Amino acid sequence: MISSKPNVLVQGITGSEGTYWAEQMLANGTDVVAGCTPGKGGQEVAGVPVYSTVVEALVKHRIDLSVIFVPARFAKGAAVEAIEAGVPSIIVLAEFVPVHDTMEILALARRAEAKLIGPNCPGIVFPGRDFVGIMPGWSDRLFAPGRIGVVSRSGSLGALINLNLVAGGYGQSAFLGLGGDPIVGTTFRDALEWFEADPNTDAVVLLGEVGGTMEEEAAGFIRSMSKPVVAFIAGQNAPEGKRMGHAGAMVSGGKGTAASKMSALADAGAHVATVPSDVVQLLRAL
Amino acid sequence: MFVEEHDAKQLISAGGVAIPQGQDALTPDAAYSVATAVSGAVMVKAQVPTGKRGKGGGIVKCETPDDARDAAEHLLGSKLGDFAIDRVLVESCADINQELYVAVTIDPTSGGPLLMLSTEGGVDIEEVHATSPDKVQTANINIETGLGAGQAMDLAVATGLDPQMHVPLAGMLLTLYGLFRQYDAELLEINPLAVTKGGELVALDCKLVIDDNAVFRQPGAGPERHIGTALELEAKEQDFLFVEFDGDVGVLANGAGLTMSTMDAVTAHGGQPANFLEVGGMAYKRATPALALVLKNPKVKSLLVNLCGAYARTDVIAEGLIAGFHELKPELDVSFCIHGTGEDRAQQLVRDELGIEPHDSMDDAVREAIANAAAYAGNRQ
Repeated sequence: MISSKPNVLVQGITGSEGTYWAEQMLANGTDVVAGCTPGKGGQEVAGVPVYSTVVEALVKHRIDLSVIFVPARFAKGAAVEAIEAGVPSIIVLAEFVPVHDTMEILALARRAEAKLIGPNCPGIVFPGRDFVGIMPGWSDRLFAPGRIGVVSRSGSLGALINLNLVAGGYGQSAFLGLGGDPIVGTTFRDALEWFEADPNTDAVVLLGEVGGTMEEEAAGFIRSMSKPVVAFIAGQNAPEGKRMGHAGAMVSGGKGTAASKMSALADAGAHVATVPSDVVQLLRAL
Repeated sequence: MFVEEHDAKQLISAGGVAIPQGQDALTPDAAYSVATAVSGAVMVKAQVPTGKRGKGGGIVKCETPDDARDAAEHLLGSKLGDFAIDRVLVESCADINQELYVAVTIDPTSGGPLLMLSTEGGVDIEEVHATSPDKVQTANINIETGLGAGQAMDLAVATGLDPQMHVPLAGMLLTLYGLFRQYDAELLEINPLAVTKGGELVALDCKLVIDDNAVFRQPGAGPERHIGTALELEAKEQDFLFVEFDGDVGVLANGAGLTMSTMDAVTAHGGQPANFLEVGGMAYKRATPALALVLKNPKVKSLLVNLCGAYARTDVIAEGLIAGFHELKPELDVSFCIHGTGEDRAQQLVRDELGIEPHDSMDDAVREAIANAAAYAGNRQ
């Protein structure tokens, strides 16, 4: 995934969110090398040059990762532009991206052999190194350099568990926020494979939620992992047919329940917490 | 967004799919008129946004227009599941030789569209899939190239239907896939797709669910009938993600994952949450109306505010909540746990403005809120 420190392009850098988070990233060690907003080429934001197109930015800079700060309905256009220009990894943060757009972005990314994280995700944090997205990567109460890999669909639940980890004396090798949509580019299985291979990670915390089958699909890989996995699944009393905030968080036709995910993970050898505060206890008991 | 059958059928009909002759009706007399115009036996079908209408008595076969009027009289104004029936669809009965099942949906596992086809139509396809999976064909579709004519033909041939039906069925699959794409569908399901005695393919039912995130570019989808309790509908009007439960602990948290986890903790500690309400994401600046919504539920006997800010600033949420408390002056106890972005200022605001000491541990806040609900002596009804 993002094993070495990436040079980052911020698409939508001239918008208020893009500008705010570009400044936060720059202040916290992220190598934001360029920004991009159609028609705004030639400006500077936070000392970073802005280009009208991704291709123009690529002519002047080596770019490893683009983070897309544009509203949901324009996210596909921005993502397609970045992938077609040859950016190897992209993060789509926006919530409410139409799922047909996501399917198209994902198909193009696969064909171009580009990595997609998101949509509807909080981004990634490498404590002590950098962060990309909308997590407060600078907060020493949430993040500390360490050897626990954390992967979460949700930013808010990720924040809570990271807080508990740091309060409990742990730190993170990386936090990966995958997103709460029914279809996301990077899955739990992808993240577990990355953490399993990562020499800086000793154990993994997986934070799932109801809906879909991503947690069940990850369970198959957990069996083959050498590193222990502690898991928590949100939405244990989510009713059938109701969306629990995230577009992907819905039990339908009796499928996607927390119980199904928890038993699949436990069967595969993961240590499964019933309340969030149990995660640190389970790590301690490893 | 669930598109009701009568609207969905108009959309697919415009796209070239044959549907039975008929019309929707709002009154028994209108149903009589449609049945007269159609001639012959008709089906009178309750128009409600739910499946399983047949089992629930929502679909009635009528031999004469008088019967159709009676059936409409009986259905209109009654309820099917949670839904009041205010409209029926009156359609001619097809001359059915065989019933097929066709659906196109999104497949989270492959990350692309999935087509499902079975010769066991007209029944619960989940059951068919569970008991005889060989009778359901599934095909992953590459969204960049779409469903190919060859792939559609292979699927049609594999049904084992009369060879004369292969080309029309392949054509139907191509049409339905095109409609799935055109309407940003999460699901387009034709069950049953009838093969008539004359060898035609007719969509006897149609279930169309349009992606809520794409409704803005689907002006033809018509008005949406929202599903839920009165409070859930009010929340939807205000663009809040809110689900009502039977418990007595009102929950306010930021972010879908944290809100679900907070409810899980309430349940794990022996309490019952009254609602799911997310004040994170873009809603974090609207905590005042969010609080009002939770308090409108008369079952709520204590409040639990659990914030762990990442993108959402907890101090902004706290400001909004405090404004709401000053305005609404709710007579119940509130338990806070606040961490993450903006926590120092948020905690101080709650101390200074409400005189409440936030808990450091989420579990402590949850336990206190449950105890407060149990000890509640007032009457909010």
